[in-house]
This record gives sequence, C-alpha cells and structure tokens, in this order.
Amino acid sequence: MSSSLPLTDPGLQPSRSWKNYLKNNMRDYGMLLSLFAIMIFFQIVTDGTLLKPLNLTNLVLQNSYIVIMALGMLLVIVAGHIDLSVGSVAGFIGGLAAVMIVEWSVPPALAVLLCLVAGGLIGAAQGSFVAYFKIPSFIVTLAGMLVFKGLALALLHGQSVGPFPPTFQALSSGFIPDILQVGTLKVTSLAIGILAALAMVYVSFTSRLRQQQHHVETDPAGFFILKNALLFAVIVYFTYLLASYRGMPNVFIIMFVLIAIYAFVTSRMTVGRRIYALGGNEKAARLSGIRTERLTFLTFVNMGVLAALAGLVFAARLNTATPKAGLGFELDVIAACFIGGASAYGGVGTVMGAVIGAFIMGVMNNGMSILGIGIDYQQVIKGLVLLAAVFVDVYNKRK
Amino acid sequence: MTAILEMREIGKTFPGVKALDNVNLVVQEGEIHAIVGENGAGKSTLMKVLSGVYPHGTYEGEIHFRGEERRFRDIADSEKLGIIIIHQELALVPLLSIAENIFLGNEPSRFGVVDRSEVFRRARDLLAKVGLDEAPTTLVTDIGVGKQQLVEIAKALAKEVRLLILDEPTAALNEKDSEALLRLLLEFKAQGITSILISHKLNEIEKVADAITVLRDGSTVETLDCRKAAISQDRIIQGMVGRSMANLYPERLPEIGPPVLEVKDWSVYHPLHPERQVSKNLNFEVRKGEIVGIAGLMGAGRTEFAMSLFGRAWGQKITGKVFLHGKEVDVSTINKAIAHGLAYVTEDRKSLGLLLNEDIRKNVTLANLKGVSKGGVIDDMGELKVASDYRAKLRIRCSDVYQESVNLSGGNQQKVVLSKWLFSGPEVLILDEPTRGIDVGAKYEIYTIIQALADQGKAVVVISSEMPELLGISDRIYVMNEGSFVGEFLAAEASQERIMRAIMQAQQGVAS
Repeated sequence: MSSSLPLTDPGLQPSRSWKNYLKNNMRDYGMLLSLFAIMIFFQIVTDGTLLKPLNLTNLVLQNSYIVIMALGMLLVIVAGHIDLSVGSVAGFIGGLAAVMIVEWSVPPALAVLLCLVAGGLIGAAQGSFVAYFKIPSFIVTLAGMLVFKGLALALLHGQSVGPFPPTFQALSSGFIPDILQVGTLKVTSLAIGILAALAMVYVSFTSRLRQQQHHVETDPAGFFILKNALLFAVIVYFTYLLASYRGMPNVFIIMFVLIAIYAFVTSRMTVGRRIYALGGNEKAARLSGIRTERLTFLTFVNMGVLAALAGLVFAARLNTATPKAGLGFELDVIAACFIGGASAYGGVGTVMGAVIGAFIMGVMNNGMSILGIGIDYQQVIKGLVLLAAVFVDVYNKRK
Repeated sequence: MTAILEMREIGKTFPGVKALDNVNLVVQEGEIHAIVGENGAGKSTLMKVLSGVYPHGTYEGEIHFRGEERRFRDIADSEKLGIIIIHQELALVPLLSIAENIFLGNEPSRFGVVDRSEVFRRARDLLAKVGLDEAPTTLVTDIGVGKQQLVEIAKALAKEVRLLILDEPTAALNEKDSEALLRLLLEFKAQGITSILISHKLNEIEKVADAITVLRDGSTVETLDCRKAAISQDRIIQGMVGRSMANLYPERLPEIGPPVLEVKDWSVYHPLHPERQVSKNLNFEVRKGEIVGIAGLMGAGRTEFAMSLFGRAWGQKITGKVFLHGKEVDVSTINKAIAHGLAYVTEDRKSLGLLLNEDIRKNVTLANLKGVSKGGVIDDMGELKVASDYRAKLRIRCSDVYQESVNLSGGNQQKVVLSKWLFSGPEVLILDEPTRGIDVGAKYEIYTIIQALADQGKAVVVISSEMPELLGISDRIYVMNEGSFVGEFLAAEASQERIMRAIMQAQQGVAS
C-alpha cells in the first residue's frame, strides 16, 4: 500500500469480490485449510484409520497438553519472549502430583489446586527474572528447564510413581457421563457438540449484524453462510465421531473452554491488547502508560499455571509420573505457535493459529505413527514442516 | 590554492521533502572549512551525499574530488580516495580494545591472520599522533567520550586520509577536550590534511575555520572567507537565520488563562552517568490556552526534561515539584502522569510512538483503553467509532482505520500519535519535534491542530529544533542550553537572533 491512498469513507467502499476477499484473508484461512488438507491426506493414506472414533479420541487426548501449553506459550511469544522450561515444569508438576497423591495421600482435588499454585509460583520466579531483572527469557527458561528436569528426577528418586486413584485419572482419561444412550451413541456428548456449534454460529452471526450496523465491511454474505455452515458441519461431525466411541473426554471440555477463554482475552480484552502492544513495541507501550514489566511477569505466571495443568493432564493420562515426562514438550509447543503464525520478534500471533498449529503437529505425529514411519524420520518431517510454514509466512509478508 | 573538493548544484529529495536544493561547496586544499546551519538545514545530508551513504544516482549534481568527477557507490568508495567521515554518534565497538577499533575492517594481516604486533605498533604511533595517552589494549568502553573521539580520529588516520569530515565532534565533549580536539585539527592543517568541520559552536568555528559555508533550508546561502577578515559570530548567525517567514504558520489570537502546569526546581540526572546533571533546577510553567516553545540546540536537554516530567520516563535521581492548577501532584509514573492529564508526543514516533504493525484503530486507543472498554472487555464498535472520529477530525489520510500504521506517510503517522494522546484526554500536551520528517503541507496541518488545541483551552508545550517553527506558533519561548533555561521571551520580543545569542552567550559563559 502506498502512502498516497485517496481519502475514502468507510461504508461507501464497494464490497470486494470473493477472490479479492480470499486473497486478503488467506493468512487466516490458510492455516485451517492446511490442517484439513493434512487430515484428508492422512485419512486417505491410512485407509481411514485417522478419523476412526477410537483414533480421533486418542488424537485429542494426545494433544490436549500440547494445546493447553500452546495457549500460554502464545502469550509469552506475543509478548516478545520464549519459555523453554515448560516441558520440564510439566514433568516436575506431574511428579509433584504423584508424590502428593500417591505417597502422601493428599486428596486429588487439593493436590491439583496446590500443583496449579506451584506452577504459578514457578512462572512467577522465572517471570520476575525476565521482567524485573531484565535477564533474557531464553537464558532464564533454559536454566529453568535444567533445574526442573533435575528436580523432577530428585523428587521421584529416578523412578515412576503411580498409579493414581480414579478420581485423578478422570482429569484426562475420563469421559463426560452419559444420561441418555441410544445404541452405542453417547447422546449427551453429541448434544454438547451441537450446542457448542450453534453457539459459535450465533456469536458470529450477531457480531456480523453489529458490524453491519456500524458500516464495517464484513465477509461477503455467501461466503459467510458457507463458512458457518462448514464450521457447523465439521464440529457436529467430529463430535458425532467422538460420541460414537466413548463420548467427549473430560480433557476435551477443559481444552475447549480454555481455548475459548484465551481467544476472547487476546482478541477482545484490554489485557490482551496490551500484550500485543508490549511485544510490538515495548517502548511505545510503556510510554502509553502500559505497565510493561508487570505484564511480562504475568504472562510467565500464566504460562507456569498452564504448564502445571498440562503436567497434571499428562500424568493422569499415563496414570503414572515418570522422571522423563515432559521431555521435549517445549519444542512441540513452541513449534505449534510458530506454525500458527506467531512472530519470533513478538507482537504477532493468534490463539486459533497456535491451536491449529498444535493440531497440525498432532495429526502428523499420529498419522505418521499409524503409517509406521520411524521416530527418526518423523522428527525430520516435523522439522521441515515447521521451517516451511514459517518460510511461507515470511515470504508472503515480504511480497 | 587549488580546490580539493567541489560539490556542484547538489540536490537531494526524500519522499515529500526536498532536503538539498542547489548546494555548492568548494573546499580548498589544506584548509579547515566549516559548515554551519540550523538543525535540518541539510548539513548531515550533504555529508552523506559526499561520503557515498547516498550513492551516485540518488542525488542531483556533481562531486569533483582532486580534479576528477567522482561517483561513489558506497562509503568504501569514498574512503578509498581518502574521504573519511566521523559521525556525531561514534561508531566504535565498546568491548574491543582501542587498537582493534582503530583497525576495524582494515586489519594489517597476512592470509587473514591479524598481525598483532603490527597492529599494536601502528596503533601506538597513531595514538601518539592524536595525543592520546592510553595503552592500545585498553577497552574503548573504559575511556571517556573525549578520548573515544580521539580514537575515532586515529581510526581515520589509519586509512590514508585526505579529507577529514567531522560532524559535531565537540557536541559531547567538555571544554578541555574540545580545546584539545581543535588544536589537533590545526596540527593536521599544518601537515596538509584538509578538514570539513560541522559545528553548532560558533566560537569554535571562529577560532579554527579558514572558510565558512552557510546552509539554510537545504541551500547554500554564502561562503565566508575568514582569511581576508575575521568573521564575527553575529555575521554567521545572520546568514543562518535570515529567511522570510510569511504564511508558513496559521494566524491565531491567543486567549491565555491561568497557569495549568508549573514545574519547580526540576533536576534530573543521566540514567547511565549518575554524575551528569541533565536538567538543572528548571522552573517552568505553561498556561491555559498557551503554546510554549522550548528552543535549544541538539543535546540541550529538552527531550530529557520533557520525558523526565512525563512519569519519569527518562533519567534518575529526579527531584522537583509539579503543580497542576496550583495543586501539587504526583506524576512519578507514566500512568499517574496520564491520569493527571499529561501527554507526551515523542520526537521518535517510529520507535517510541507507534505500534507499526498494528492498525490505526489500535494505535489511537492504546493510551486510553479504559475509554473504549467495560470490565476489561473492549467495545470493538465503540473503538472503531473513536478511531474513525479522529481520522476525520485530524484528516488522517488512509484507506480505513484498519490500515497498518507502518504504511502511512510521516505526517499521517504523526496524526495517529496525536490522536492517541488527544483521546487520553490531556490538559497539558508536550509535543516533541512535532513536525520532524514531515513535508511542508502536512506541517501546516499539524500547526493548525496544535493551535486548535490551545484554543480549546489546553496547555501546549512544543519542543522544536526548527526556530522559525517555534517563533511561528509559540506564545512564549524558553531557551535551553546544557540543561538550563538561559532565556525566556514572549512571542512579540523573540527573534532567531535573540535566541541564538542567548545560547551562544550561555555557552561562552560555561566556557569561561
């Protein structure tokens, strides 16, 4: 765009054509389309195994903790930092939970609460070094990674601790109870899915109405209907698949609620706006009255709590805490954010992008495992996909 | 006498701004040639053309050096011929030794292996030449600014220099170091090295220059020959400022009310050099409906004063009292300052003012997100309305308020930053170089906005290095020099000569 754009009145602009519209919004939909393309690809090459209800349920369970951490990581990255310690923290918290519940017989609910607080404290410790003592986050969290990896080993005496009582396991491997059951179909789960899909359509419809009232340019009507219909169909179809196995996993609900909250916070709340401002131009943000240090600190506290939650989910899923839990999680989490379009320089990135990025990684992991590709080449392919995604992003921006 | 350098009819245009127009400069072999002019007169741009920072083809006119026309593609080209420029901001690597800095990029070496004994031997010679008594192994960060300046000169001498260009070499130096540097220039002259000296300090120029070229508004005004007869500072100032000022500024009849902001005994120290006092017991006031200008040369401490006032955004050991409407207020953090109705529009809008990769809308509301949100949730349509209103009011030229601010012209970016601060609901607006890098037409618009704000009863402070601008829009002008106010004039009695004289007198006062 040039600086000499003519003065035009908002609302008097001719509505853009579909083609134009797609071109301008390619970034937003490109990610989602890539995810679908990858899913269809693996669906075909795995002879339909990928979307079998059992496998889909596994896919959700396997990726839940990555998605949960990606939500926190996105804020950290948008704020212009990085957190390398999340895998170790998750592992350490899993160990802490095991010691508390299994060895000390602390009630699971209390233990979960204490673990989340511990995660917050870990985040606060790292965050204060980054925010107030101005030590680069890369270094602080690299140190944290080593520290908590070591502490997890020490805490568990190098051994696995388990099993957990069923109430704790339910955090991850439990499914929402079903009131009505028609054949093998879990109707409650399906109903929740349909309700959620309806709510989404309703929200996007009212916000479109509001935008039109204020003469804001909106998606072309046909496109809007198609988009919502597709979204509705996809959600209902996936919940149907889940419902035809054991229903919705509890962790799916947790994940879904968190995604909704973080998407709202980042896009509509002042605190979200301030984090983007902080990452986009810290000095300008500070001079605009934003308390940049406190905000940086809080993004790390938030990351710590989410890493703890992920650690709990992971331990509950394995039904045991091992010293090796969480190993390398940080790489998947960070990769998810960057595949999802976050900028390593800060200030750019979306929650939905990070979630889609996490699922792209997850589908690839899952699909390649089904195909029997060795862990060696899986890593090679994942690395190349990360590089390619960021390359396309940077290349498009330069054009 | 032969001319070593001739620059003929040099012109240089930046988008929207004609920075240089028909500049002619003739430098004789073996002389010290001073270039003077106000801030923004085009001195630095001219030197960038000469040294190849702006390559041949991006400017108009011809450069002749040692009898031939030269077309430099980059700095390396001009350095090869012995044209060495020492910039105002020193280009030394702090954590390398003096010797390593002197030969940076020019290391005596064999097959890529640095010949260390040669480095130190030659470094010692060069340091002796510039009269710097330091071991070549000393780190640059461990020596003072004055000595660093000498290292820069030694670095230039290491490169077979024929024309040495010094851009404000004494700006950061104390009197003693400045004296030493000027003596060094005279010594070089005796050895036959030609120098170009760019300086604001006219007393220094009076001492050493053989010829003086005066630039004004991007054109050469005159070249004065000091060998025939001594040139007085008044004579130089006259050349620097004599310009017609008709119709560059909107007309206005100020209605000035009681004091809004009063600052008493304000003192600030440099954040990195705790012994350096940057604001020296300043007393300052601005009234309702008044536009107060702060004049001064670069480095006078105006921005530092303004930023320290704005929630202590700059400096340390800040003391003094701030009164709003006669009541003492606490403005010790940026939030408190904004809450009390202060706004500071930065001189550096790209790195301190804007979120360049965000759209206009998000920039406009950034300093007052509470104004468009309820319970922490942003009312996006309300926000849109606010941004659109300011877009219309300030005539921000853009396709819509969702346009990224990085794609706007300088003038429109400035209007976005202004919108941001207007939306914060200020009573006192401090505008730091509000028209820097903005073309003439947009400047007029900015002046109109500033005056409208004053007419609405806001108290406005304008910091500007362009004196005609200050004279054109201010009702009262403070003159700052080295952290002190050294003069205060009402608009009716202010003139460029009087302001310049106040600064020069203060500098000589400091010197003696």
